[in-house]
Amino acid sequence: MKNSIAALVVGFIFALGLGLSGMTQPQKVIGFLDLFGSWDPSLMFVMIGSIGVHFFTYKLIRRRKTPLLSMDWHVPTKKEVTPALVFGSLIFGIGWGLAGVCPGPAITSLASFESAPLIFVASMLVGMFIFRQLDKIVKFNK
Amino acid sequence: MQQEWINALIGGSLIGISVSLMLLWNGRVTGISGIINGLFSMKKGDTSWRTLFVVGLFSGGLALKFIKPETLAGSWATEMKTLIIAGLLVGFGTVMGSGCTSGHGVCGISRLSPRSLTATVAFMAAGIVAVFVFKKLGVL
Repeated sequence: MKNSIAALVVGFIFALGLGLSGMTQPQKVIGFLDLFGSWDPSLMFVMIGSIGVHFFTYKLIRRRKTPLLSMDWHVPTKKEVTPALVFGSLIFGIGWGLAGVCPGPAITSLASFESAPLIFVASMLVGMFIFRQLDKIVKFNK
Repeated sequence: MQQEWINALIGGSLIGISVSLMLLWNGRVTGISGIINGLFSMKKGDTSWRTLFVVGLFSGGLALKFIKPETLAGSWATEMKTLIIAGLLVGFGTVMGSGCTSGHGVCGISRLSPRSLTATVAFMAAGIVAVFVFKKLGVL
């Protein structure tokens, strides 16, 4: 229960951050990726801000034995760079460039009650479903 | 211009604070694609926090709609097929690549994970090339 309330609060602050930073405006994201055209560097400051904070808080928080509301840490520990990691990220990048939207801003933008975010999120869920089915056959992470 | 950079910095810091709280409270990485995809594995005791996280994102969106409506849905693609293809690629790619901009780009880079550094370089590079090519083709 406490974990869920915590996640709710995190999601709320995260969405505010996305909105204030410009990440929920697809044209800004496309402008940021338009390195060889009319490049808009402003979104670089989103990475500087977020990583700038979390780089230090991560180290501080991990000094604790356990998290405040959980018995254990659930941070990924995998180290190997696999073909699935690289190919998956490349595929994601193409979609990200095409619409200027990644998963967080897509969910946040559902609150606009317009059709574009809804179509995008529905397709994203289908894309996830397709991969899960394919993964059952090919077992990419084995 | 300057104001946009400051907003991006403030927004980015809020993102950094929120993922820090997720780590401090729940001991988890805030990877949006992973949190959503995990909803479908229906593991007992593992769905309510994921659901409420998504509800939190959505309520943050609602708050934005009232305080800063210009940040929402103004500049989305209008072509149905663009939205569908992009959505499919983003969903498929983030699960195959075990993460997106939040999990790899923010959380992973902050802890200097080699997998996340690689993934971030890959999706940024693909995004840059995609925008270049789609502009040439007249899609964007």
